[in-house]
Amino acid sequence: MAATNVEVWQTGTVVEAESVSAETRRLVLTQSLPKKAEPGSHIDVMVTINGERHKRSYSVVDSSDDGVRVAISVFRAPQSRGGSVFMQGLEVGDQLEITQPLQNFPLRVGAPRYVLLAGGIGITAMVNMARVLRNIKADYTLVYAGRSRAAMAYLPQLEALHGDALRVHVDDEGTALKVDELLAGVDPETELYMCGPIRLMDAVKRGWDTRGLSIPNLRYETFGNSGWFDPEEFVVRVPRLGVETTVGAGESMLEALERSGVDMMFDCRKGECGLCEVRLLGLKGAVDHRDVFYSERQQHAAAKMCCCVSRAVSSDTGARTDAGGERAVVTIDV
Amino acid sequence: MTAMMQSVSSTTNKVLGYPLNAWYVAAWDHEVTRKPMSRRIADRPLALYRTEDGKAVALADACWHRLAPLSMGKTLAKDEIQCPYHGIVYNSAGRCVSMPAQETINPSATVPSFPVIERYRYVWVWLGDPTQADPTLVPDMHQMSSEEWAGDGETIFAPCNFQLVLDNLMDLTHEEFVHSSSIGQDELSESDFKVTQDGNTVTVSRWMLDIDAPPFWLKNMRDKFPGFEGKVDRWQIITFQSPSTINIDVGVAKAGTGAPEGDRSQGVNGFVMNTISPETAKTCHYFWAFMRNYRLESQLITTQLRNGVHGVFGEDEAMLKAQQEAIDANPDYEFYNLNIDAGGMWVRRLIERQLAAEGRLIPTV
Repeated sequence: MAATNVEVWQTGTVVEAESVSAETRRLVLTQSLPKKAEPGSHIDVMVTINGERHKRSYSVVDSSDDGVRVAISVFRAPQSRGGSVFMQGLEVGDQLEITQPLQNFPLRVGAPRYVLLAGGIGITAMVNMARVLRNIKADYTLVYAGRSRAAMAYLPQLEALHGDALRVHVDDEGTALKVDELLAGVDPETELYMCGPIRLMDAVKRGWDTRGLSIPNLRYETFGNSGWFDPEEFVVRVPRLGVETTVGAGESMLEALERSGVDMMFDCRKGECGLCEVRLLGLKGAVDHRDVFYSERQQHAAAKMCCCVSRAVSSDTGARTDAGGERAVVTIDV
Repeated sequence: MTAMMQSVSSTTNKVLGYPLNAWYVAAWDHEVTRKPMSRRIADRPLALYRTEDGKAVALADACWHRLAPLSMGKTLAKDEIQCPYHGIVYNSAGRCVSMPAQETINPSATVPSFPVIERYRYVWVWLGDPTQADPTLVPDMHQMSSEEWAGDGETIFAPCNFQLVLDNLMDLTHEEFVHSSSIGQDELSESDFKVTQDGNTVTVSRWMLDIDAPPFWLKNMRDKFPGFEGKVDRWQIITFQSPSTINIDVGVAKAGTGAPEGDRSQGVNGFVMNTISPETAKTCHYFWAFMRNYRLESQLITTQLRNGVHGVFGEDEAMLKAQQEAIDANPDYEFYNLNIDAGGMWVRRLIERQLAAEGRLIPTV
């Protein structure tokens, strides 16, 4: 179960489409080049937003043994960059460009205990892992946190399959997840796999660190699309190159710089590798660090940022009104 | 009726692919140490090493970063190994625990870690679907680590497809021609044999009654019965366990003392333990040992038997190498089968079934 990042593009055909929660649509696609999806894998899909093609990543919820059918779930994000609107609009019979399953989040077989932690739509990455752990009779707990039951996809199916191994935390029922309590039950041998909003993942990372648990036993995947603040339009300047452009709320700073003709170095486009690092020369507003490349100390220093995922916001409260309606401006060198 | 109506070609695959959902021996237990070693099994290069606690580990022998061989690196504290190129450190699960020149660890940085079991003096590795890596599927080779048996063995690096070694061991008629000075004798090809198949095993049994003991067996009889002279009853009971383990129950007993009926007290008994791990399509690691259940105290006999079998198997190795070369040099010629190939043909059928179940049955030539 190695990482596989070689993108093999193919045609996906929608053969099933149904709602699995108030805001989540499950799509079953057939692959023109069948390949079974291992737990933790995702597919990249090409979406069209305002006539432009953009790549988006979706965890594979399940796949058939022959690798023909793969299911994904699409959440209608309130602050979508446009991808989820496109995906939610797909109907049976529609075709789109997709990759074969890619793997950056492999499940290791053989740990003495597992905790799978899903926040909201992050459950899509955990469904397949939980099923495999159940099948091999592993010692596992699936922890699923959400705002309300109606918004939590796959809940009835998970309850039926996992029984007592599933723990559900629902904000509007007063049973919100308490990260400290969760981590208090984690021993040094436990592997914790998580997928969810950045605030949840950050709280777990801090708690994990505080308790001195083994860093490699904390497994997570980020597509770089979850931030501390809602995305805003902001201005980026590169004085050395005489470039100034506006980064739209639906695009990344890296994309805006490329669009402006800046020859950028980058690789993963999800805030992991650090190759797209830019140096901050000036900042009006605040940086919304969405990468996992910098340490907390480095992010606080605000001297550099990963422009593939991180953004500028007008105010460090996240509310643009607090900045008098002014857009954030970052001045950088590349 | 449908099965009978299918017209299936009887063409025999000359060589076979290898199932992945199986335990293969990667190394003798003594070979795997704190100093990492490299070995390729089923076309997968592995870095093998032991943790501080002595646990054997098999990682892919290629760093996540630039694929430098981890086997050239060194082990660190606990269960860690360091890439020799840029110093990236992994634990025994294949997880990166340290990266150079940055304060964080890229969460994607892992190398595959393969399930490992240490049993019967071997380190076994599972290269297929790890969710199917059931420890009870390790082939039975209990004589290797039993107090009732003594012996030792070696590894042959055989320059041929692993199936050719299985063919060799499933039909011992070749002993008469390849091993004429040690264990070969005319009666081998003259005597009848019985082939049975059950589940994932195939058994070939041959008894040769009231014959002269060939030199190897005469020596063994005299180790147990000093000054022995006379006729013997000789047996070879070959048991294959899919996909690549063959244990051969061999021995001779004083003729007419009841060995065929089960009383082997007037004889000497050995087990030739063979397990073959494909390396590539045209090479394999052939692990063998000769275990005996008499004169357990004698290291001299252990050494003599190991050296004797080493010589015998050297003759096989030369033949297997020449056979693979002839196969490669004659791609337009087929294999044809004899009655003596029944055991080997059952082996092929079991392996082909397993390959088909894995969706990997691709006829090779």
